Amino acid sequence: MEELNSLLHGFSVVLTPYNLVLMFVGVFLGIVVGVLPGLGGANGVAILLPLTFAMSPTSAIVMLSCIYWGALFGGAITSILFNIPGEPWSVATTFDGYPMAQQGHAGEALTASFTASFFGALCAVIMITFIAPALADFALSFGPPEFFSVYFLTFCSFIGMGREKPAKIIVSMMIGFALAAVGIDIVTGQLRLTFGFTELLRGFSFLIAVIGLFGIGEILLSMEEGLSFSGKTARMNLKVVLETWRRLPRFWGTALRSMVIGCWLGVTPGGATPASFMAYGVAKRTSRDGEKFGTGQLEGVVAPEVANNAAGTSALLPMIALGIPGSPTAAVLLGGLMIWGLQPGPLLFKEQPDFVWGLIASMYLGNIATLILCLTCVPFFAAILRVPFSIIAPVIVVICAVGAYTVSNAQSDIWYMLVFGVVGYVFRKLDYPLAPLVLALVLGDMAESAFRQSMLMAHGDLRIFFSNWLVGSITGLALLALFWPLIAKGFAVLRARSSAAEA
Amino acid sequence: MAEHTTSRSGISTRAAEIAVTLLTLALGALVAYASYRLGSTWGEYGPGAGYFPFYIGSIICIASIVNLIQAATAPPGKRIFVEWGALKRVFAVLVPAALFIAGIYLIGIYVSALLYIAIFMIWIGKYPWHKGLAVGFGVSFALFLMFEVWFLVLLPKGAYNVLSFIGY
Repeated sequence: MEELNSLLHGFSVVLTPYNLVLMFVGVFLGIVVGVLPGLGGANGVAILLPLTFAMSPTSAIVMLSCIYWGALFGGAITSILFNIPGEPWSVATTFDGYPMAQQGHAGEALTASFTASFFGALCAVIMITFIAPALADFALSFGPPEFFSVYFLTFCSFIGMGREKPAKIIVSMMIGFALAAVGIDIVTGQLRLTFGFTELLRGFSFLIAVIGLFGIGEILLSMEEGLSFSGKTARMNLKVVLETWRRLPRFWGTALRSMVIGCWLGVTPGGATPASFMAYGVAKRTSRDGEKFGTGQLEGVVAPEVANNAAGTSALLPMIALGIPGSPTAAVLLGGLMIWGLQPGPLLFKEQPDFVWGLIASMYLGNIATLILCLTCVPFFAAILRVPFSIIAPVIVVICAVGAYTVSNAQSDIWYMLVFGVVGYVFRKLDYPLAPLVLALVLGDMAESAFRQSMLMAHGDLRIFFSNWLVGSITGLALLALFWPLIAKGFAVLRARSSAAEA
Repeated sequence: MAEHTTSRSGISTRAAEIAVTLLTLALGALVAYASYRLGSTWGEYGPGAGYFPFYIGSIICIASIVNLIQAATAPPGKRIFVEWGALKRVFAVLVPAALFIAGIYLIGIYVSALLYIAIFMIWIGKYPWHKGLAVGFGVSFALFLMFEVWFLVLLPKGAYNVLSFIGY
């Protein structure tokens, strides 16, 4: 039980008054950005990242990861009260959450959703506690080819698992890689893709891209829809909470199934959104009240919320153990690691045990803090959304601009942010996914250097990615993920044929 | 395309799709060409600087062509990318935001933000001018306290620093 000792050590690192205050501040800010249009987990963390440069890495990650928890929980508030999913993974929560709010049961829906979120996140954190150290240990034997094959797996599963057209996912991802290549080449020192503009020497920061694509893009989208929020009010008091809690244990089967789906899909990139839909679908099929789903069933709120928080949390597993983020927000946190001077990857467990175990301990505490804040402050957070959009929009643009500037004190970054905003708006409207672009931008340099080192080792022979069982099976898995839609289609055709032959 | 008579008119999704694929195609070609010029082959010390980006650019081109074919051969449905009225609202956010950013160079971020929020609220939100100014001032002042005073992160003051009279 070495993990438990390390975890206790982690708690001792985190449990200082300063860190606890940061934790509540982080959760509070996280729920606020989760509720506000135009701000979400990824760009909320990106905007606040520069403010943490002066903190110790542990305090910084405690605050930033708490922003993430807050945003994960907070998405449910807008879904249930306003029928506006704050994040893509809260879409499934609106199916039963909003009808419940319409019938005057918003308090019950919110309590169920927060409790379910907490359960999902907690299970995922427990999984991280025990699996991450083992995975990191295992990954210590990785060389450049293995690392490249893991990157390759990450990107292939995006293409294979994404809802969007594969060619669009590829374009979006490759634009991320191309942007990552701009600037000085680390190996040869040559300038790449700067076209003589000295401004481009610095390259593109993924933080600017995140703030623009998600923040400004979202504002443009909301403005286009001409949103006027009309929300339901929630009565939240101890009686409602306790009564809902009494009803919740009945759904233990649904919760467990959703948790497994969430943990499983969360480890693969972009998993939270499919996880929430899949959990909702499975719950609908297995529940006794399945046909009533969509009319305001408590169980229909529990299923997607357990799954998306389990997925959102377990997205941090590959980030901690391998240095490979599973979601845009995890990518921003990973970028933060590099800025604070830590080298992400499997060595982190050995070299920075205080940091890693502090982070894992803060996941437990942060989720408890989030649950408390969510249950007690819903009316306040809902009131934020009632602020008219013509006030919210310029204020968020200003906040984004400040965030973009402080990344590297460059005014040109604010222009890039605006351009990324327009790109984000157009891409979102045409179903180009944004997450692969951001992940490729973060991982581009690392993936490239792993690729080049592998090529050097093998003198340009691509067969190095199949040279031993380990790298070969990861690459094979990646190819399987890449061609999964085709393979699944093939199976479906075969099954249709065989059933036709039987009949 | 410019049928202003019907209520649902705007830029068609198909036109927007094709325009975006052409843009990404151009971008891919640019990346591939620049990487080729840089040395996309095996150099003296292994793969050259353009080795990796060259493939990236090429893949963007191939995927863009696939997208282009899919967009061009799709049945010309009536789906609309953005209606004119909605587009106007989008520009109503975009143009002031650009002016705000340009304003940062001249009068600094605090004053520019104040004016931007105030004018946006008065012009788009139809608020009385004193409310707009109050919110703008409040947000700017909060930012000022947070960055200049507490976190000691200096934000741009612009070429004509209006705040110099208070010593910042």
